[in-house]
Amino acid sequence: MSTTRTFGITGFGGYIPRLRMQRAAIAAAHQWMAPGLRSQAKGRRAFCSWDEDSITLAVEAARDALANRPREAIASLTLASTTLPFADLQNSTIVAGALGLAPSVRTLDVGHSQRATTSGLIAALRQSDAPALFIASDRPRGKPASSQEIGFGAGAGAFTLGSDEVIATLLASTSRTALFVDHFRSDGARYDYYWEERWVRDEGYMKLVVEAVRAALQQAGVAAAAVDHFILAAPFKGVASAVIKKLGIVPEAESDSLEADCGYSGAAHGLLMLAHALERAKPGQTLVLVGFGQGVDVLVLRTTEALASFAPRRGVGGALADGQNHDAYLRLASYENAIELEWGMRGEKSIKTALTEQYRSSDQLSGFVAGRCRACGTIQFPQLTYCVTPGCNAPRANFDPHPLFDEPAQVLTHTGDWLSYHPAPPLYVGFVQFEQGARLLMEMVDVGAVGLEVGTPLRMVFRVKDVDKTRGYPRYFWKATPLQA
Amino acid sequence: MATGIKDKVAIIGMGCSKFGERWDVGPSELLAEAFEEALLDAGIERKQIEAAWYGSCSDPISVGNSAIPASMALRLDGIPVSHMENMCATGSEVLRAAAYAVASGAVDFALAIGAEKLKDTGYGGLPFVYKGTFNDLWLPLGSTPAGFAQLAAGYRARHGTSKEDLKRAMAHVSWKSHQNGMLSPKAHLRKAVSMEQILGAPMIADPLGLYDCCGVSDGAAAAIVTTPEIARALGRKDMVTIKSIQLAIGSGVESGTSQWDGSYVRTTRAAAQKAYAEAGIKDPRSELSLMEVHDCFSITELSTMEDLFVSPDGGAVHDILDGFFDRDGGLPCQVDGGLKCFGHPIAASGLRMAYEIYNQLQGRAGERQLSNPSIGLTHNLGGVPYLGIAAISILGLHGGK
Repeated sequence: MSTTRTFGITGFGGYIPRLRMQRAAIAAAHQWMAPGLRSQAKGRRAFCSWDEDSITLAVEAARDALANRPREAIASLTLASTTLPFADLQNSTIVAGALGLAPSVRTLDVGHSQRATTSGLIAALRQSDAPALFIASDRPRGKPASSQEIGFGAGAGAFTLGSDEVIATLLASTSRTALFVDHFRSDGARYDYYWEERWVRDEGYMKLVVEAVRAALQQAGVAAAAVDHFILAAPFKGVASAVIKKLGIVPEAESDSLEADCGYSGAAHGLLMLAHALERAKPGQTLVLVGFGQGVDVLVLRTTEALASFAPRRGVGGALADGQNHDAYLRLASYENAIELEWGMRGEKSIKTALTEQYRSSDQLSGFVAGRCRACGTIQFPQLTYCVTPGCNAPRANFDPHPLFDEPAQVLTHTGDWLSYHPAPPLYVGFVQFEQGARLLMEMVDVGAVGLEVGTPLRMVFRVKDVDKTRGYPRYFWKATPLQA
Repeated sequence: MATGIKDKVAIIGMGCSKFGERWDVGPSELLAEAFEEALLDAGIERKQIEAAWYGSCSDPISVGNSAIPASMALRLDGIPVSHMENMCATGSEVLRAAAYAVASGAVDFALAIGAEKLKDTGYGGLPFVYKGTFNDLWLPLGSTPAGFAQLAAGYRARHGTSKEDLKRAMAHVSWKSHQNGMLSPKAHLRKAVSMEQILGAPMIADPLGLYDCCGVSDGAAAAIVTTPEIARALGRKDMVTIKSIQLAIGSGVESGTSQWDGSYVRTTRAAAQKAYAEAGIKDPRSELSLMEVHDCFSITELSTMEDLFVSPDGGAVHDILDGFFDRDGGLPCQVDGGLKCFGHPIAASGLRMAYEIYNQLQGRAGERQLSNPSIGLTHNLGGVPYLGIAAISILGLHGGK
């Protein structure tokens, strides 16, 4: 048990979308014009379902890190990403609402660089004032037939920071800025523009990164050979091994790039790898985390004895294992909005949000909060004016809040709807029965080949409910997904 | 103590347009088609109508909102005309409103009319429905078939019925309605289909295939009601009177509490109990001559047989496969083809069901005439099984039941 008051990392977690596309299927689709992709055709890449984005990935990663720990004390939330859905509407506020954080939480979005996540984490660790939540989340898009499309993934890593039960402390950090444009994406552009890989490796990683890591290790008083975990996320292969070799760090210290079943998840990838490394680390080990983008960030971290007593809900390892195999390339292309399919007139339905109503009902909708009637005990969602139980009908003032997002539940009824417009047909919909009595009609997502049966166990996930394409406004709500993909 | 409306209201005129894909006419012409037939049947003039209720559910593709467009279409000048919308049960609701107006003594003659012009959307199936600003934020999208398909999952779980047995009984429901629809000149779908075609059709909402779903049609139907005394004075023989009209609407118990297992339609059961009490029916299975029920989907008709207490719980599968509800069975159901084949122009359907019972009771049903029916039931279901509007009417020969 740590008794120091050092501020540091107190918990970690991660999330990777369940959907995994066979890279061979991507390569096969582009074989006619880009036969070279065959060299990248091994393994699977994670991809967002149509209703996942950097906000929903962030929520799931944070739930993994928070596990069953109380959330009231979290004083600040930082969300770092380069693919947040809103340019002017604080994305972290949506995440805070979904997580049920206190209204007093200080929220902040950071982005605009692959280095946003490491810079953000350094800032949050140095701030060291009160319990904080830091989430890195990204879903980078690769243009069809690019090496990015086949190599990219999606994911999020989340970290709780504080002074109690610290599992890793920051020994040192260094940052360098350099207008080294390995790639860029201008405002409003859909895809990145990349310069030649060889130049990026030789002038960028092998020089800028190596120098910054040396400086950080020196500042921390750690010898290169003493580094236990070296985490450098890069959008192409071989970079971390070359950097390690040049620095004199042992080859075994190179952290798993998660290439086999995830792919490079943009700005989030380093922190996703860090969460994965912490699952494997032992107390008293040294970790080096590098961020690269218009310069370099290096964090040198050391785990404490408290590491042994922390476990995320299922961790990055659990998320990696929970994959659902896909080989229809056009599904990926459609979910990434790379192609426009004919959805028929049913897709024309207007989805205009009454922002007034959204605000009024946010107390129950954001955090999936049912009401427990004090008069009869019935737990009900939604919370309407009077209790739903016949003969009780107590006014809503008698309800106590009862969040449903972590409650055990199962399928009561279900169908696969091929008629409704849905970006991932069929639309699975049915009644979800919660163990403690609440029930409601919900969309069911990420349903695998096994399908659904009455009694199939479910868990709740925060997703895009639908998108108002006319006004560019996604709406979020909770959906149910089978425990087994 | 309220005594209900049994035998206080007589139907003296009914009309029904040809149902189907009526590319040739608009909603006003559909209204006129049903209205003129009803007026002629009643033997009264337009100016004798003192109050009217007009039902339609999809205003954007019908004549428009309020009762004004319908009043204009039928030139109902200077009388109260009301617009009613209660989903697929609208046709029964307008009949109830007109019947109550007569039963209360407020008017001598009242008109109930419902119409829907569903084939002006540009796509198959029902038009978009908007659920209000709050529900829109959390309630999943989902078609009407998806709402009813869930009954199959609930039914199988409750009764341990195999997927195959249930699907076969559902297919028989549709097969029977196609057989009956061939004998209905005004029906939308008038051809037989085989069990193999039904079972092999493309999936709409699992386990409902294409032939498990009713026709989406244009159409209108109307009724003119008065008191039995006036009907008698007008010389009506084989007078048809209303024995009961009862509704039950969901308040969220099914969708929001654990008091429902997903296997039946609770509102139908509530409305049936009230309707049988008002009409004085003790054993519907033996007392009813025929039924027109809301077979929007085959699984709905199957569940309805139990919800109306005609089949025992879990017994509908056998009754259906035994042919009990076929036109030559113990209790013929959907002798005109039902929603399945006569068609389902939403707000007209409740009145279309009454039209068939009314004609059967008076021996005017042509090729599909049953022998000596004396009392019939209509069951009209709006919404979805878990948030529904169940409307049940019982019509009979005056002096009979």
